[in-house]
Amino acid sequence: MARRLKLERTPMSKLPPEERITTFEEVALGYTPEEAIIEAERCLLCKRPPCVAGCPVSIDIPSFIELIKKGDFIGAVKKIKEANPLPAICGRVCPQEDQCEMKCVVGIKGQPVAIGRLERFVADYEASQGEVEIPPRPAPKGKKVAIIGSGPAGLTCASELAKKGYYVTIFEALHKPGGVLMYGIPQFRLPKEIVAREIDYVQKLGVEIFTNFVVGKTRTLDELMSEDGYEAAFVATGAGYPRFMGIPGENLLGIYSANEFLTRINLMRAYKFPDYDTPIKVGKRVVVVGAGNVAMDAARSALRAGAEKVTIVYRRSRKEMTARIEEIENAEEEGVELKILTNPVRYIGDEDGWVKEVEVIKMKLGEPDESGRRRPIPIEGSEYRIPVDTVVIAIGQVPNPIVPQTTPGLETTRHGTIVANPKTHATTREGVFTGGDIMTGAATVILAAGSGKTAAKYIDYYLTHKDEPGIWEKIFKGEV
Amino acid sequence: MGYKILKKRVLGPGSKLMEIEAPFVAKAAKPGQFIILRVFEKGERIPLTIARTDRERGVVTIIFQEVGKTTIHLGLLNEGDELADFVGPLGKPTDIENYGTVVAIGGGFGTAVLLPLVTALKKAGNKVITIIGARTKELVLLEDEMKKIVDEVLITTDDGSYGMKGLVTDGLKFLMDREKVDAVYAVGPVPMMKAVADMTRGPGIKTIVSLNPIMVDGTGMCGACRVEVGGKTKFACVDGPEFDAHEVNFDLLMKRLKMYRKEEQYSLELFKKRLEKEAV
Ligand SMILES: Cc1cc2nc3c(=O)[nH]c(=O)nc-3n(C[C@H](O)[C@H](O)[C@H](O)COP(=O)(O)OP(=O)(O)OC[C@H]3O[C@@H](n4cnc5c(N)ncnc54)[C@H](O)[C@@H]3O)c2cc1C
Ligand code: SF4
Ligand code: FES
Repeated sequence: MARRLKLERTPMSKLPPEERITTFEEVALGYTPEEAIIEAERCLLCKRPPCVAGCPVSIDIPSFIELIKKGDFIGAVKKIKEANPLPAICGRVCPQEDQCEMKCVVGIKGQPVAIGRLERFVADYEASQGEVEIPPRPAPKGKKVAIIGSGPAGLTCASELAKKGYYVTIFEALHKPGGVLMYGIPQFRLPKEIVAREIDYVQKLGVEIFTNFVVGKTRTLDELMSEDGYEAAFVATGAGYPRFMGIPGENLLGIYSANEFLTRINLMRAYKFPDYDTPIKVGKRVVVVGAGNVAMDAARSALRAGAEKVTIVYRRSRKEMTARIEEIENAEEEGVELKILTNPVRYIGDEDGWVKEVEVIKMKLGEPDESGRRRPIPIEGSEYRIPVDTVVIAIGQVPNPIVPQTTPGLETTRHGTIVANPKTHATTREGVFTGGDIMTGAATVILAAGSGKTAAKYIDYYLTHKDEPGIWEKIFKGEV
Repeated sequence: MGYKILKKRVLGPGSKLMEIEAPFVAKAAKPGQFIILRVFEKGERIPLTIARTDRERGVVTIIFQEVGKTTIHLGLLNEGDELADFVGPLGKPTDIENYGTVVAIGGGFGTAVLLPLVTALKKAGNKVITIIGARTKELVLLEDEMKKIVDEVLITTDDGSYGMKGLVTDGLKFLMDREKVDAVYAVGPVPMMKAVADMTRGPGIKTIVSLNPIMVDGTGMCGACRVEVGGKTKFACVDGPEFDAHEVNFDLLMKRLKMYRKEEQYSLELFKKRLEKEAV
């Protein structure tokens, strides 16, 4: 008789909530090798694995899990890397419950196989074994490609092209590469040492990184291509422009965009002030507006930075919250309060201009809107005020317009994303490709990484066939 | 890339000039733009206006007043030292037009910012009169440099130790009484810019100010730099730093500039203590 299927997944140890909120160190501690093998045993190694269909980059999931079962952890990580260059990162931040794990057959009767935790485990295992193996350098192709932005899309595209023998330069506006991985997602969820490790790997492949270089300001994309000899470019500048609600009092002191709040903490290390010079103001009572990953990160960072009470205010219901379930659970465990069906209408300040109250209104759900989610409608007369010292607005980001604005002929949609062919990622400008959040609108790390990989494939195709007449038109139309 | 300090000069009490090796920035910079720098690995990002550039040598000149921990720290560096980071040019360049007669007002240390601007205004055919305002004679900056560029330099000091006694607004009033002024450009402390705006609003003289809110990234990513102009929220780092003075909410700007005053003082005290310790 076949072994009875274990319905429960192997738990992963976490720091206890009381301890967590006193530190910015990572919450989830990862599997031990024994735990990983026990969890891998739960996989049925399906012949037609539905999990793979749920993975945006089609990692060969049963094959890597089988290697874990056999104890070949390095083989497993190599298998993953065939499809995903950033396993240590994706294992931590992918919304697996909406992707591979949602489709897992074990999940029908019990809990799905913990694919993300296994991915994370093998990547960390590899790193703990010392130097990660660098593939031999291919023969140089003698062609230069410019990558604009060093988030997951840019890093992935760069490493793919370097592995093919291109001379690749990444241009990054900030003083540290990594994009959202560096400035947005906090240490306790994604240690910066892990991001640094991935960047180090990309550099070892021969990719050159220029930080402090704002394309469109320091040099335009046109200058890079016509004067500096870059024959193709990949624009991966992300969706880093914060949105505000445009309600009264939003510019009062103590009100931050989530981007500013998280950048001060993660990139500038304001939580280590005064050892680090950048300050941050986190009062006793913090309100975070929004309910995505960004909002959860801001709320949990606020707790760690000393807030006594953190409240998330969200205009829809729990079902519509876009954050990863694990992060909502973590936030609640740590004591973050959720006020759903509630929306701010204005902020009230004191005489020095500091925010002291937020006036909110209760909402109810109406008919579904364009996004398919039920539209929130304010309930008239239900306004009330919440006393507050610090507010973080996390209602979304839109693409940064600097590159499109300074690159004639690079068309954008009315949402500010760059127009591109969905298959090849070619834009309306010859030689220019795009990917990640600037193409799709704010999405996920894995989608950004996946699109970097796709673009790399067609950049290679373009540079190989560059002299053929009408080639760009073909690539732009996706007829290749 | 190292951002090497090629030259350092003391301009007056607490104000210094530095030439930084930054070829890309030097090549791309236009009047009105700024840079963001970090002095060292644990440093904060601070914006400073570009005072001058030398494309051939790949050099950017910055002028700063030592008012807080970061600028004092910067001032302690020497020729040959390197800055951790130096990025730019950021912000929109000034719209240079031929207005006719332009009065360019530099309050205190704002004068540094005027240099590239008046040069461009002159080139565009304007008659340019500069007002340099300072508390006292020692604090009058860049008078000689300015005289080489513009048609006339008017100096005002609060204590009357040099030039005209009074504020820059007194100087401006004097000029407005004397001749027709077509445009005014003011940069300096917020109360000064506000006073200038109030003076030119009535007669409807086009007035531009360069704002200096707190910034982090300088590329539109964080919104730390938000200001209100004409009742709308703008990001000074990408929509500015220059705005129509008659539309700016100066009171809000003044308040927002004080957001970290306590932390800044604390940081400065610690730094001074450390310097004292190191000195003994
Ligand atoms: C707080 C937060 C938490 C998140 N949590 C998750 C999560 O748990 N799971 C998940 O899958 N996704 C998460 N996301 C989303 C995910 O991080 C993004 O979808 C992903 O990073 C997009 O990658 P990208 O490469 O397109 O852009 P980014 O990571 O945004 O990188 C773009 C880079 O380009 C640089 N740049 C911009 N303009 C220029 C220019 N003109 N010149 C040079 N460089 C420029 C930027 O400085 C930046 O470094 C989160 C996002 C945030 C903000
Ligand atoms: S669907 Fe689940 S059980 Fe099947 S191969 Fe994928 S992870 Fe294993
Ligand atoms: S400084 Fe961050 S948006 Fe202006």
